[in-house]
Amino acid sequence: MPSFVNPEKCDGCKALDKTACQYVCPNDLMVLDKGKMKAYNREPEMCWECYSCVKICPVQAVEVRGYADFVPMGAAVTPMRSSDSIMWTVKFRNGMLKRFKFPIRTTPEGQAKPNGGFATAHGDLKSQTLAQEPEALRLKEVYTIK
Amino acid sequence: MAQKFETVEVTTDLLILGGGMAACGAAVEASYWAKKNNLKVTVVDKAAMDRSGAVAMGLSAINQYVGLTDGKNTVKDYVDYVRMDLMGIVREDLVASIARHVDSTVHLFEKWGLPIWKDANGGYVHEGRWQLMINGESYKVIVAEAAKNALAEAGGEYFERVFITEPILDGDRIAGAIGFSVRENKFYVFKAKAVICSMGGAVHVFKPRSTGEGLGRAWYPPWNSGSSAYFTLKAGAEMTSQEVRFIPVRFKDAYGPVGAWFLLFKSRATNAMGGNYMVERTDELERWKPYGMVKPIPANLRNWLGMLDIMEGKGPIFMRTEEAIKAIAEKAGDEKEFKKKMKELEAEAWEDFLDMTISQAILWAASNVEPEKRSSEIAAAEPYFIGSHSGASGAWVSGPEDLQSAETKKEYFWGYTHMSTVSGLFCAGDASGASSHKFSSGSHAEGRIVGKAAIKYIVENNSQPKVDKGKVEELRKRLFQPMDIWEQFSGKTTDPDINPNYIRPKMFMFRLQKIMDEYVGGVSASFTTNKAMLERALELLGMLKEDSMSLAAEDLHELMRCWENIQRMWQAEAHARTILFREETRWPGYYRRADFPTMDEKNWHCFANCRWNPDKNEWEMIKRPMLHVYPKALEHELLGG
Repeated sequence: MPSFVNPEKCDGCKALDKTACQYVCPNDLMVLDKGKMKAYNREPEMCWECYSCVKICPVQAVEVRGYADFVPMGAAVTPMRSSDSIMWTVKFRNGMLKRFKFPIRTTPEGQAKPNGGFATAHGDLKSQTLAQEPEALRLKEVYTIK
Repeated sequence: MAQKFETVEVTTDLLILGGGMAACGAAVEASYWAKKNNLKVTVVDKAAMDRSGAVAMGLSAINQYVGLTDGKNTVKDYVDYVRMDLMGIVREDLVASIARHVDSTVHLFEKWGLPIWKDANGGYVHEGRWQLMINGESYKVIVAEAAKNALAEAGGEYFERVFITEPILDGDRIAGAIGFSVRENKFYVFKAKAVICSMGGAVHVFKPRSTGEGLGRAWYPPWNSGSSAYFTLKAGAEMTSQEVRFIPVRFKDAYGPVGAWFLLFKSRATNAMGGNYMVERTDELERWKPYGMVKPIPANLRNWLGMLDIMEGKGPIFMRTEEAIKAIAEKAGDEKEFKKKMKELEAEAWEDFLDMTISQAILWAASNVEPEKRSSEIAAAEPYFIGSHSGASGAWVSGPEDLQSAETKKEYFWGYTHMSTVSGLFCAGDASGASSHKFSSGSHAEGRIVGKAAIKYIVENNSQPKVDKGKVEELRKRLFQPMDIWEQFSGKTTDPDINPNYIRPKMFMFRLQKIMDEYVGGVSASFTTNKAMLERALELLGMLKEDSMSLAAEDLHELMRCWENIQRMWQAEAHARTILFREETRWPGYYRRADFPTMDEKNWHCFANCRWNPDKNEWEMIKRPMLHVYPKALEHELLGG
């Protein structure tokens, strides 16, 4: 497919104000079939397998099947993404399973403060010093040629 | 058809085009200065900012961190590294400009919530001299969040799912852009006092190795269609280094990253005979002096040595993952420690793929590859246009005034930092050229640089440029023409794919890719071309350009595909013309001119620029001198590591 939708799980995000996979796909591939209320990938050969649709689906209805023109059959790589980490399940063609868990962020979702808590600026639009500099550089001044 | 679309006019001060790393950097910095000066910032993204651009999937490393605060590297060290990697042709002022700000970008990322690996002493874990390891699954989500929060604080706004096509000009000054919603019947006219172009590089200009379902598994994402190059070209901006494409060598077929394997795990790659081209072919590097002599060996020359093995029938080339992992684990000590280290390395190896190229993890699992037990094949991919990485194509922009020598100032400085030759049009990331090796972090830093510079421009040129209504109407009609063509002709045959009246965008893209692949040094031509082939390519591209007027679109999605492929076609033409112009071979691992197989320092140690003249519809080729900001590096400085 590469990303494909399990019709038994997909409910068309009817409880949400927008279809999650359609909202997020960077290549505008995921579409909601409004008749069936099921999503699908309309252009699988333009799919990067970025998994954005898989990660965002609220009911885990979206999966990925490796590109049919070079990937042997039988494997599956499945994420479970929470607000601070991601758990991956890797199923091999020979049936072996591996699990990996990695952190994804150190701050609460939505809380990225633009100035990063660094002291902000000197108000001079003419200088080459950017808003949080030099503090965010952890230097006394911005480099220049003298 | 054009009549069915509602026209939405948006008047703003600063218009930021794109939603990737550079655009997010621009949004965060510009918002601060805009608020102070009571100005409005508007961002337009073709996708959803959380997962748009080249970092949509995530990344496993930050490739540019100079670490000035640690005192080990200098800005000049970075400039020397980039100049030598690009075979001597680079804008030192621009590379220095980004290098002096990139560390603050990385420190901001960390504060925003990006997990950066730390060592026992609390320092960053370096993958290589300039590279940091991260847990980067949510890299783009975090960076977009800071940008959106900054816009909200400053009263700015952002549009998602709006695809930008043409620039609007007021004489020699940028006046805005037009585009359309890919979700609703809306035509957008954005009017602005300054515009930042940051819409990424170009993929699928050349035929990729996988042409079936795996067509989409490009190394760089398939949604980067040359929007930046098209926008700046159509605005009449001078372009630079359009010949300097990038060909990444990656794990074969799924294009998983090799950086961690080569740099962090110190792996080697060996051919069918067990030979290592990096050792066996060192004599070849003599031919590319002085650049062949530096450490690290320039990316294109590393490619070239591997390509020589392939051309001699010595493939496949394998990354010796099992050997590298074992060598590291053995240093851990007793058997218990060894096993623990092996487990840790296994997780690191998988995370490298799961963070940024999940397809490679699928391919490993589907092929029963456990990297600690067996090697994996690597190969050169297809050509890409990505000035932020190891290519250099993009617009020719002004450097900052304070990073010039007396001689560079006359050539490289014309007012505002990283502004193109079109007044008010700024470029960042893949949109600006000759400042390679900025990657994700440097692109964000360059975004911040232009974010501030563009606000300065607006404060000093605070008038709304005129927008010619007649011209906008003309652009609107052309924009929706593919839908008109569909409406008029799609019923004339029983199969809408086969119709003598039009061409659909997918076949149009394949036609472009075939021309580029066969005549302009693609995969099937072993990255080799010559004058006659390039002239033939230009002839065929000329007919393709005529036929672009017959593109047809069934819906908004296909309309976007039509325009993406027109953008790719313009990137292709700029590329072919510039390769034809530069009569030498300088980056043999990116492309070779069979009729000029050697490097010509006397005549071509310079920039090959081009410009499409909007008034005359003519291309102009321009040589620009390669001048130094810094005194020439001494030999021992270039052999460092």
